[in-house]
Amino acid sequence: MTQILIGPLAVAIISTVLAFLIAIIDKVLNNYGQVKISINGGKKVLEVKGGSPLLGTLAAEGIFVPSACGGRGSCGACKCKVTTDVGPHLPTELPYMSPAEIQKNIRLSCQIKVRKDLEIELPEEFFSVKKFQTKVESIKNLTYDIKEVLLALQDGQTVEFEAGQYVQLVVPPYGEITESVQRAYSMSSRPLDKTHIELLIRLVPGGIATTWVHKFLKEGDRVEVVGPFGEFHIHDTPATMVCVAGGSGMAPFKSMLYHMYETGAFQEKEIWYFFGARTTKDMFYLDELAELAARWPRFHFVPALSEPKPEENWKGDVGLITDVLDRYVQSTIDKSKGLEGYLCGSPGMINACINVMKKNGMTEDKIYFDKFA
Amino acid sequence: MINAPDVGLLSLFLASILTSNVLLANFLGTCSFISISKDFKSSMGLGVAVTMVIGICSAICWAVLYFIIKPLGIEYLSFIIFIIVIAAVVQMLEMIIDRFSPGLYLALGIFLPLITVNCAVLGVILFMQIRNYNFMQAVIFGFGSGAGWWLAIMLLASIRKKLDNNNAVPAGLKGTGITLITIGFMAMAFIGFSGMIAVQ
Repeated sequence: MTQILIGPLAVAIISTVLAFLIAIIDKVLNNYGQVKISINGGKKVLEVKGGSPLLGTLAAEGIFVPSACGGRGSCGACKCKVTTDVGPHLPTELPYMSPAEIQKNIRLSCQIKVRKDLEIELPEEFFSVKKFQTKVESIKNLTYDIKEVLLALQDGQTVEFEAGQYVQLVVPPYGEITESVQRAYSMSSRPLDKTHIELLIRLVPGGIATTWVHKFLKEGDRVEVVGPFGEFHIHDTPATMVCVAGGSGMAPFKSMLYHMYETGAFQEKEIWYFFGARTTKDMFYLDELAELAARWPRFHFVPALSEPKPEENWKGDVGLITDVLDRYVQSTIDKSKGLEGYLCGSPGMINACINVMKKNGMTEDKIYFDKFA
Repeated sequence: MINAPDVGLLSLFLASILTSNVLLANFLGTCSFISISKDFKSSMGLGVAVTMVIGICSAICWAVLYFIIKPLGIEYLSFIIFIIVIAAVVQMLEMIIDRFSPGLYLALGIFLPLITVNCAVLGVILFMQIRNYNFMQAVIFGFGSGAGWWLAIMLLASIRKKLDNNNAVPAGLKGTGITLITIGFMAMAFIGFSGMIAVQ
């Protein structure tokens, strides 16, 4: 009897002793004390406890660097410039860095541990980034695979953003997904409505966040979003806007168009909006945008189907959105004030559109885009 | 108390590197051997890490064996206890290196967790147990076996680099296929050493 007991007992005691040792070593070694993080040459100085990755340390202080994977080093989004020497780039950072970025000390903030006083540089816009508690006010089906999700901000919070920017949706663990992830979605709501955030979300088969939104999210649920982020916005020039979108790439343009229409901003700009889909099943907001175009002379809406079926009775343009764009830029659009390209959609669509625009004499520095990664 | 075999430390060291190379004679630790050897620099890092971990774990496990396991008469649990000890030691090593030598951590850190499940480590410790090595022999055998593993992965990494540079490998054999064949040839070549020093 004792012989049977001694074995497991010995294993248990050895495990306990080792676990205890590890805990002590962890406590002693990972104690870096109070550390100062100085941001943008001392504009903001944080006193934090050392030992954790920079990304999480900053988030705990209310500064949210965009990150899609939540700090596992698999998205490469959380880049920031670290001017203090924290050693060479880690193998986990290198896949996401260009040689120029390595030269400039750009690091992945989720991979850098805060061990000593740090000096870092962040875009000013990150200071206005906040975490918002929201409640799902409504979910509408726009097409069979795109949903319009309206989130109402809670606790009297308000959001300040520019049309075209995006937020990160915090997806909690669900089903077999055991870790929280964040995914970026452009806001389709108007900047003037400071108490709501609207997102257009297309179901990506196998996508963690989109599956959650489409299959699990219900009206009344609580959702966290972090934002706003992004450089995609209307440029204040007299040049004509040539906007191209497909699928849920509609979102930033919905925000921009209604913002311009309702506030009369960017008076001089004429706007062409090309929206491509395969069949009428993939089309949405058709009536709303046609109506907007009828009321608003400087806005022209060109929806196009690439594979219309005869029974659909489609009266608009037919062809790949790049071909339609090419036709209009060559013959219909007035180029006297210059053209600016605004693109939002899949990388394939964006690259194809950039080629068409360059072919028609538009320069790359005047083509702005928001690629879905 | 220990009926240690009568071998000199130097010949034991050489034997563990060459004649009874843990990889090429006993085929232990092959998974990381195959997957990491495609990159020369990583092979170097992993080789150093394996050598260090086997050496240190041999010493600690020897103490555990003769001061805990044998006195209590629980040899039948030695596998489990060794695995727990190896995992804990690797974990501690990782934390210590991370704190005191960031440069070394950079080179080895990502490989340390891989080593916890490297069968070469457990294999060497079990050899130490069945061959009744004394403490010095166990340590030398541990470091020697680690060095042997290191030597083998460096050789394989060099060969693979050479193979990658010419297109003589048929498409169907590229990658793991030709690597396994290469390992087979290397193992046969290492049999050539077996007459030199015999240690069992």
